[in-house]
Amino acid sequence: MANGELNAELIHVESEHSALSAVVGASAAGARVFTATSSQGLELAHEILHIASAMRLPIVMAVPTRAISAPISIHNDYSDVMNARDTGWVIYIAASAQEVYDTIIQAYRVAETVNLPVMVAYDGFLISHTVEPVELNNEEEVRRFLPRSVRPYTLNPKRPVTMGPLASPDWYYEFKYQQVLAMKEAYKVVKDVDALYGEKFGRSYGVVETYKMEDAEYAIVTYGGAAFGNAKAAADIARERGIAAGVVRVRLYRPFPTMDVLKVLEGVKALAVLDRAIMFGSPAEGPLYKDIATAMFMHGVDKPAVNVIHGIGQRTMYVEDMYKIYTMLRENPRKEVVFMGVRV
Amino acid sequence: MKVYFRTLKDLPREELFAPGHRMCAGCGAAIAMRWITKTIGPNAIIANATGCVEVTTTPYPETAWMHPYIHVAFENAAAVASGVEAAIKTLKRKGMWDAGDTKVVVIAGDGGTYDIGLQSLSGMLERRHGVLYILYDNEAYMNTGIQRSGSTPKYAWTTTTPVGTAVRGKIQWKKDIMGIVMAHRVPYAATASIAYILDMVNKIKTALEYTEEGPTFLHIYAPCVPGWRYPENKTVEIARLAVETGYFPLYEWDHGKLRLNPPSNNHLDKTKRKPLKEFLKLQGRFAHLTDEEIAELEEELDAYWQYLAKLQTL
Repeated sequence: MANGELNAELIHVESEHSALSAVVGASAAGARVFTATSSQGLELAHEILHIASAMRLPIVMAVPTRAISAPISIHNDYSDVMNARDTGWVIYIAASAQEVYDTIIQAYRVAETVNLPVMVAYDGFLISHTVEPVELNNEEEVRRFLPRSVRPYTLNPKRPVTMGPLASPDWYYEFKYQQVLAMKEAYKVVKDVDALYGEKFGRSYGVVETYKMEDAEYAIVTYGGAAFGNAKAAADIARERGIAAGVVRVRLYRPFPTMDVLKVLEGVKALAVLDRAIMFGSPAEGPLYKDIATAMFMHGVDKPAVNVIHGIGQRTMYVEDMYKIYTMLRENPRKEVVFMGVRV
Repeated sequence: MKVYFRTLKDLPREELFAPGHRMCAGCGAAIAMRWITKTIGPNAIIANATGCVEVTTTPYPETAWMHPYIHVAFENAAAVASGVEAAIKTLKRKGMWDAGDTKVVVIAGDGGTYDIGLQSLSGMLERRHGVLYILYDNEAYMNTGIQRSGSTPKYAWTTTTPVGTAVRGKIQWKKDIMGIVMAHRVPYAATASIAYILDMVNKIKTALEYTEEGPTFLHIYAPCVPGWRYPENKTVEIARLAVETGYFPLYEWDHGKLRLNPPSNNHLDKTKRKPLKEFLKLQGRFAHLTDEEIAELEEELDAYWQYLAKLQTL
């Protein structure tokens, strides 16, 4: 913007709550909008997360994920995004700078198709503050991929509408159910957009990424860049040592790709879900574990699944730790929560 | 202010605030809404904070608003309006705005302005968005059940400042919101009252036109029948007495100059003001006040007028 290359208005807001409020206003007026936040900022904006999705505004927001106070931490885990997972936003979790770039472009297409806001999350610090080469698309091709669609309802004096009304018990539930349906539609649209993006730009990721899962007996299921990368390295070591190890990365977190996740886990004897956030007091403290356990239970799948909590506040997750998970799965497959990497 | 409307005959005829809303009989804010919408004309977008006006005018699937209207939350109407204003700017530059010179107007109550919305208001003023922010002040959180706000005057009864033997209603003084807004060096800020329609509509129009330069602010005094505990036919009378007793002076801050407007321009001389008691005695929220307490309120009012007199010399 300083060089005049981007024709846009930049609003230097006084808080993250106002940041999201301002993009809600701008999006409602018909503009394409973008914002970014993380950690405490996402917490502060939390109220407006619900409103943005319920008002069906196609907002795109980047979230380099970080731990939450107290104690204050500037480092990476997924506590912030996991606390926003049920706010009605489509949530991607990317695993590389390239994927973040590609996913943000995909996100606009998804958002404007299903009229839902989209969050693109990725490891704060580990991806957001490190350097990777990224292949950029041709601007005109991106513009063609994201044509400006005319939205039927925006704030315009020529076509006045009331947005954000008061709904009585006679109406409120229907508004919420429409969000449920929109999420179901988003599951299909995300896949279509990813496939189309692959055709146009040569890169696509699917909703679930797998590594050596074709013949895997033991799987680590996780999200984000650091956990996935180290799990892949551990799988290589495990395979050298005779363990049929594989890795599953959940890229689309909301709507949750239930059938895709179950499908890639069909052949495994036991799995570990590696979570980088804690749900205090929950039956199992990991959020992804809860989703996968629910998916398995609802579809009659019963196999040992351990929940490993690691990388909290960017506690280093060693490749060796991940390798230990594979040995644990082979030697003592069970259903329990393991807090790994913590001094107890 | 610029005079756009000289007599009652000049007042805008077109009604842009539909009847059938759920505001109380005798609601001061309802009178304000009618004249705000008429005066700003149809080419405007309204951002409304949560509050009395919001909950009573938009019971889905009905709406009282003929303007494009958005309500998001309680504390962020100024931030939402900032986004709307920025969007219009960008879309205009790209040839994608088809509605011409569209104004952006915030409507918020005292809770959404003095208290929870103060931060986003300050941000909007500091960033100099071309937005007219209108505060309708009924001096408490009325639709949620008359809880005290930063705008509630001292000694007023509310449900959260009950009158007992140890505590006599609200303990603290009313916050000086105009002073806070003026400190942001906005082009224009003014007080107005629903009892002085000509003064009010001219200020609305003046403030609206000044948004070309930056943010403008109106503080409209709007009595509340259930919250202030008076008969519903007394709304305009009480609003007028608020001005005549000097409790709510009419003035404007126009590019750094303070000007008192009639009839408040005569009220620097205390003898020209009616006794404060005339304003207080009509309202149940002040029914418990002793003569000593009224004298204390009058003393504070005198100090406020001395402050205004000094401001006027700047």
